[in-house]
Amino acid sequence: MTTTKPNVLVLRAPGTNCDVETAYAFELAGANAERIHINRLLEDPALPERFQILCFPGGFSFGDDVASGRILAATIHHHLTDAIRSFRDAGKLILGICNGFQILIKSGILIDEDENGLRATLTWNKSGVYTDRWARLAADGEKCVFLRGVNELYLPVAHAEGRFVARSETVLDELEKAGRLALRYLPEDNPNGAVRDVAGVCDETGRVFGLMPHPERHIDATQHPRWTRLAPSERPAAPETAGDGFVLFKNAVEYFR
Amino acid sequence: MLWEVDIFAAPDQLDRAASDTVSDAADMGLSSDLTAVAARGYLIEGDLDAPQVEKLAALFLADPVVEQTVIGRVGDPRLDLPPGRTEAPEPIYVLPKPGVTDSVADNARKTFPLFGVAAQGCRTFKKYWIDGVTEAQRDLIAHKLLANDAIEQLVRGKLPFTKLQVGAPGEFNLRTIAIRAMSETELEKLSKEGQLFLSITEMKTIQTYFSELGRDPTDIELETIAQTWSEHCSHKTLAGRITYSGPEGEKTFDNMLKETIFAATVEIRKNLGPGDFCVSVFSDNAGVVTFNDEYNVCFKVETHNHPSALEPYGGANTGLGGVIRDPMGTGMGAKPVCNTDVFCFAPPETDVAALPPGVQHPRRIIKGVVAGVRDYGNRMGIPTVNGAVYFDRRYLGNPLVYCGNIGLLPVDMSFKHPQAGDLIVAIGGRTGRDGIHGATFSSAELTSESETLSGGAVQIGNAITEKMVLDVMLEARDRGLYNAVTDCGAGGFSSAVGEMGEEIGAEVELDAAPLKYDGLSYTEIWISEAQERMVFSVPKEKWDEFKALAESENVEAVVLGEFKPTGRLVLNYKGVKVADLPMSFLHDGRPPVIRRAVYRPAQAEPLSVRPQGDVSPAQTALSAGIGTDDWNADLDAILSSLNVASKHWVVRQYDHEVQGGSVIKPLVGVCNDGPGDAAVLRPLVSSRRALVVSCGMNPNYGDFDTADMAASAIDEAVRNAVAVGADPATIVLLDNFCWGNTDRPETLGSLVRSALACYDVAVGFGTPFVSGKDSLNNEFRPVGAEEPISIPPSLLISAMGQMPDAASAVSMDLKEAGNSLYLVGETKNELGGSHFALVRSLKGGKSPSVDIPRARRTFYAVYQAIREGLVRAAHDLSEGGLAAAAAEMAFAGNLGAELWAEHVSVDFVPGDREKLAAVPGVTAENAADPVRLFSESNSRFLIEVPAENASAFEAILAEAEVPHAQVGKVTASDRLVIVGADGKKLIDRPLRQLKAVWQKAFDLGGDYQ
Repeated sequence: MTTTKPNVLVLRAPGTNCDVETAYAFELAGANAERIHINRLLEDPALPERFQILCFPGGFSFGDDVASGRILAATIHHHLTDAIRSFRDAGKLILGICNGFQILIKSGILIDEDENGLRATLTWNKSGVYTDRWARLAADGEKCVFLRGVNELYLPVAHAEGRFVARSETVLDELEKAGRLALRYLPEDNPNGAVRDVAGVCDETGRVFGLMPHPERHIDATQHPRWTRLAPSERPAAPETAGDGFVLFKNAVEYFR
Repeated sequence: MLWEVDIFAAPDQLDRAASDTVSDAADMGLSSDLTAVAARGYLIEGDLDAPQVEKLAALFLADPVVEQTVIGRVGDPRLDLPPGRTEAPEPIYVLPKPGVTDSVADNARKTFPLFGVAAQGCRTFKKYWIDGVTEAQRDLIAHKLLANDAIEQLVRGKLPFTKLQVGAPGEFNLRTIAIRAMSETELEKLSKEGQLFLSITEMKTIQTYFSELGRDPTDIELETIAQTWSEHCSHKTLAGRITYSGPEGEKTFDNMLKETIFAATVEIRKNLGPGDFCVSVFSDNAGVVTFNDEYNVCFKVETHNHPSALEPYGGANTGLGGVIRDPMGTGMGAKPVCNTDVFCFAPPETDVAALPPGVQHPRRIIKGVVAGVRDYGNRMGIPTVNGAVYFDRRYLGNPLVYCGNIGLLPVDMSFKHPQAGDLIVAIGGRTGRDGIHGATFSSAELTSESETLSGGAVQIGNAITEKMVLDVMLEARDRGLYNAVTDCGAGGFSSAVGEMGEEIGAEVELDAAPLKYDGLSYTEIWISEAQERMVFSVPKEKWDEFKALAESENVEAVVLGEFKPTGRLVLNYKGVKVADLPMSFLHDGRPPVIRRAVYRPAQAEPLSVRPQGDVSPAQTALSAGIGTDDWNADLDAILSSLNVASKHWVVRQYDHEVQGGSVIKPLVGVCNDGPGDAAVLRPLVSSRRALVVSCGMNPNYGDFDTADMAASAIDEAVRNAVAVGADPATIVLLDNFCWGNTDRPETLGSLVRSALACYDVAVGFGTPFVSGKDSLNNEFRPVGAEEPISIPPSLLISAMGQMPDAASAVSMDLKEAGNSLYLVGETKNELGGSHFALVRSLKGGKSPSVDIPRARRTFYAVYQAIREGLVRAAHDLSEGGLAAAAAEMAFAGNLGAELWAEHVSVDFVPGDREKLAAVPGVTAENAADPVRLFSESNSRFLIEVPAENASAFEAILAEAEVPHAQVGKVTASDRLVIVGADGKKLIDRPLRQLKAVWQKAFDLGGDYQ
């Protein structure tokens, strides 16, 4: 354990577009965040070693061409699987938000593949369209480092391909039993038809976590869709950290304190 | 060899493309009995064996958790059937035409090597099996629903090719045009058939110029002149000489825009003195004003109407992509922080059988346009925060697509300075045949043949390429690697290099441009409007670093040439000089356009029922069951009219929160579904200083008086911004004139009239115009028709304001039972062009005007009240007037409201009460009721104020001499009640019902909640 600020590698690629605000959220939580292009990692797979947190932010990597996150996931799977596994095995943290979650799932980092390939995926919303709305979420902080001490969250989702689907009920049961389906939409707020209302999944260590909602879009009180309903005396006075999503970044930073 | 991979939904998954086809066919009245199976797929060309293709499909192209595949070589009979079927009608393939952007295929092919596969080519397609219809219906569905001939190739049955090759090396022959010997008729023919769209006077000027030179021009010289002189690039009509005759008297303009719109800005800046916050207006690609000590902010709104008529998705997609490049190309390059979009469509329920040839069904246009904006904005990671949608039958062949973008620019990087000796550097997308003649085409009238004739003007964007360009540009800017930047918009390299080198001179090597495929001529390279390209002026000593930076992020950068201090534009291709023109002739040689303009406002007549034949089916449907003094039915009809109805179907498809600065979202209230007046956002994540973005437009009023329309649009844009808390002293405006053919003096007159009003109102409000754009000739001529269908005069006003602290913003939803409701502003008998008149199919009446000094005082007073924290909710009154505003505030806040109509004072001109009695259900006695409920008088707000703030609130308004009255209160009930004389309930409706009719009118499918 160290008292210095943890270093966060916010990985960007062609089409990443939430890297700036995600890096800002980490900095506000007390980390040093650097936005680094995937090409630098491909040139030097040892580059993540000086970081404690690896974050795959939201966006449309490679335009989500073929399928969301698929091309970057294939690139990572092919070139960086070992580097990322050793990052995780060194006790460090990995977070994937939205497109980052899609990449973590589709590269097999979050849920191991078996002989038939991926056991779960994130695919087209039941509505068939991109949707931006807010959702109430229930969290299980038992296993997932990022959700420690969290029971509920209110966060925006903004995606077209966020419906979590597993290959079989058996896979789902196994994940659920292991406490890995760590973040769920309240059923009436499920924005995409995800099975068992899954909004976020962690790996068996609890240190790798992916979620569709955007915690970095709710770190300030004025980002809440109904903050104007607060009485004038309760109105947020200064750019302070009052949003629900901030706890995820705080937890990540605290983990290294 | 050519492999085909068909990808289908797995048996337990919904076949979304098929179900959309079925519902779209039903919605468009094509067929309600069909069944469909759909697939997406890839054609892969290369020396591959089956296991290699199967591996690609299983690990990369398809998602085995939710999809299944059928794989074969093109021609394999297995590809004729969906999985599990033994028979099916012949499949319908829809493929992007060769050369059309197919980013999925390009990126897929580049990724194949990760799976040990090297392919020479790749192309995507969609594939359908349509059953349960006649052959004729299937054909109609294929053409009207599945494929767009402008960009897509439709194949029935087996694919007729086994290779994917695109383009072939062409031969280089320098063409000269023997213009010197041409007769007037020949010149006209050359202008039209060569798609130069120049006038005969302009053609003659060119002829004279080359006669004096003693040579004929090359084709590329002629094209360069046509691009530079196009309406799109030079705004020659509105910036030209106009003699105007109207109610204001006779006026002669040397430069109409300069003497109205620009003049207002000049005057306001003079009045502001040292407080002038304009930085750069009407000169760069976007208007720039100050934001804080570190940053300026710039705003631009453009239209992309004609391309969107032909290919709605691509047109709107590149419309937004193009306008994003305007702030990017402003000063030394701004970072885009939000988008706006405003659309004008024909009603979605238009009868498919009544469509003129060459016109796409409005439903398809709407879906395509919304999706096009969605995919560009969302992928670029720029929130789309404000917009509007208007409907009118006259937009049938000519929809309007306005897209805007706001960017942040460091204060010390707000101007560009290209230097002689700098390299001309192009980065981003490659150059293809796409968008040839976009600049000249956008200045022409659409015909039913435009679809085939001008198909090349249609483009599909690639937002990720633009995002990559943006990433590189911002880094290069901050490292100081260039002296100037501009975007490649209409006219392509021709305009970009021509503009940047105007004061210097430039020499370009056309063969240096990277091409998408072989076979482009030197002229095509020069004028191609291929998307996602920016041009930089890079000092020679910085080139290596610039190039290395671009390469490090996979962005292609090339040196096209050099800015040379010759004052000439020289173009070379394969070592041959193909053009040599003085910049002065290009930019100053165009003969002035001289036009006559006449305006006569519509004859004043009382509000009365429109004759039967004059009413569209949509209006008839809206009018059903109304026309008495049961105003509830009118309110229902207004809330469910397309212009007023909830736009959630559009809003929810847009990411309005990316970049993390969203403060007031497009949809607000208890259930996040009420109609916000304006967007508020913090463009810097670490600061509470906020931007306010709003718009105003009302084409209905233009049928009465285009001066009223312009004044109302400005008033609406400003009051929307003020309603959320913008400081009116920070508000700036943008004008976008979309009009019909201004060669007609009456059409131009209606525009001049509105420009004169813009001057008066802008100066009166102290809100400067900082940028603008016009799009003329928005007309459509169906086959065989004598007269084209012209759009109604459509002036969009966009407003951008600021607030020092985002935390002082207010939203429009009611907050607390017991609070008072104040009507601020004066209510007049102004039902002409109102939604009350629309839903009742009424004609006549007086359209709303603006009392400029009073409106200004109102805005400052309301702002003061909001800033002092006296206001809990504020909503502007616009379409549907007081009743609609109260309904929206109530259902958004999930709180009831009781209003007392008699507290709304109306000053009738003598005789007006009696005239209103021509409206069914209205008598001289109750004539004030429809005015109080539904008049659309400008400069009004409905404001919720807690009792303890009432006296302070009233004092501010009284001090400003602004009419105001407490007209009601917030209640704990679930109803909107508006009480009239003798306690009669004029309106009494459950909120749930009001909200339901408002929400269901404009929803074209999908589950958006």
